Amino acid sequence: MSPKLQRIKESILEFFIKASGVLIILFVILIFLFLLKDSLFFFNSYSLKEFLTQGKWLPISEPPIFGIIPLLLGSIYVTFFAIIICVPLGIGCAMFIAEVAPSFLKNILKSFIEILAAIPSVVLGFIGIVWLGPLVKRIFSIPTGMCGFTGSILLAFMALPTIISISEDALRSVPYTYKEAAFGLGATRWQALWRVVLPAASSGIIAAIMLGIGRVIGETMVVMMVTGNSPVIPSSILEPLRTLTATIASEMGETVRGGLHYFALFSVGLILFIITFIINFLADLFLHRSKK
Amino acid sequence: MKTCLFIIIFLISCTWFSDIQEPSGFIQVKGSDTLVNAAQKLAEEFMKEYPYIFVAVTGGGSGVGIASLINKTTDIATASRRIKDKEKKIAKKWKVIPYEIIIGFDGVAIIVNKKNPIEKLTIRQLHDIYTGKIKNWNQLGGYDSSIVALSREVSSGTHIYFKERVVQLDKRENKEEFSSDVLLLSSNQAIVEEVASNPQAIGYVGMGYLSPRVKALAISDRGDYFLPTPQNVIEKKYPLSRPLFMYTNGEPRGIVKIFIDFVLNEKGQKQVEEVGFVPLEK
Repeated sequence: MSPKLQRIKESILEFFIKASGVLIILFVILIFLFLLKDSLFFFNSYSLKEFLTQGKWLPISEPPIFGIIPLLLGSIYVTFFAIIICVPLGIGCAMFIAEVAPSFLKNILKSFIEILAAIPSVVLGFIGIVWLGPLVKRIFSIPTGMCGFTGSILLAFMALPTIISISEDALRSVPYTYKEAAFGLGATRWQALWRVVLPAASSGIIAAIMLGIGRVIGETMVVMMVTGNSPVIPSSILEPLRTLTATIASEMGETVRGGLHYFALFSVGLILFIITFIINFLADLFLHRSKK
Repeated sequence: MKTCLFIIIFLISCTWFSDIQEPSGFIQVKGSDTLVNAAQKLAEEFMKEYPYIFVAVTGGGSGVGIASLINKTTDIATASRRIKDKEKKIAKKWKVIPYEIIIGFDGVAIIVNKKNPIEKLTIRQLHDIYTGKIKNWNQLGGYDSSIVALSREVSSGTHIYFKERVVQLDKRENKEEFSSDVLLLSSNQAIVEEVASNPQAIGYVGMGYLSPRVKALAISDRGDYFLPTPQNVIEKKYPLSRPLFMYTNGEPRGIVKIFIDFVLNEKGQKQVEEVGFVPLEK
């Protein structure tokens, strides 16, 4: 191949790679504008203040009430408890894989974690309905197992693979010299891991947690199936609650295109988009810091 | 060139012959979301038998269907409720005479766990449960445990039927809502699962979803209690049953009549039954 042809080939390739990069950014911007446009339609006929302060979500009543607080709180509750469950588990597992486990165990664990990531959410939801829900009901002796906590447990499982693999990467990228220095000062293996390696990897681990939160707050199927979906302002995690995602998924099919309810769901989508955007942005910020 | 001509002649002869031998045309069916699956299945079976009649089915809701019938943008409107007087008046103004055809029945069954000693409830008691006035089973003669009331999502036609019939007791001026403690589950199946595993739960599902794992309650409006059996639904004894309708403009004629006849005959009724509704006669 002549050098000229080579150069043409390279520039074509370069163009395609550039174009895909630009396209992705364009898609995100277009999605945002699309959500924003339909939300503006909604706020034309429904006051933003009511939307943000009403404690009730009654979309098919006369007149309808669209208060996002119960949904927002539902999402926050479920996410918060899911993170409380999965962060210690995930970081512990990552520490074990990165620092302690012998290599054959490491490989087995890693492949199991990959399998965990590959379980479809509808399967987890089904397990939640027939098995975990009744179990949670029995343990806490509450009226129903269809509550936020059941959802949190399942979501924690869904976020675990993300948290484990990213924090494991962060732990492994801590230079070996740090550990050597710690050992040289007479630190035990545990002290080196806990006092030196973990703090050095902290921003990567925070990024892992952030991405885990993003995964959990955007998950739909599981929460729709197991959390009971009552649009109440939840007073405890052991009560049924309704999340932003489940609301969109279960109500979209019924709305009239161009109706108020239709646009209301787009506004819910916009809120969700903004939340995940902020979380991912923070995660990126931390990841960037850990790379330096 | 020759083959081209031949094909054209062939195509023309096709349509010409089909005009003579088979009825052909286009039927628009629009309306109830509850019935959209049934209508779709009916249309598919119908088109197998009459390949030259094309039936298009759209949902949108019973109200949308009836409005389209009045606007003359649909040939058949499906509805899971009877046409309102107000709609009849508007139809008269536009010189449309809605012709009502009952194509089947649907019963809404109230189910509880098998361990629950309750066997029967009145509509009034159901109303109190779903509006949050009765919160414990012992108020109804059951065990001392709180009630977990399950409902379908707002996208469900049955949700709206239940809301009008039980929560608002069929009174149009009644603005009562489901209590916000009521759980909204995304499918009939999810309700059956929760009721089967939770002795404190109560829920409603279409009759097609009854299973031996749950117990259906006998329901009374005024007077006797009736179980949700096809027989009780047909005889209008079971209070939570509703006919399912199709409306046409005037008596059905031409291809619309062929379709309606198909819906009402054995084959069509079998489809109605297969989607979980009660056929006209059993």
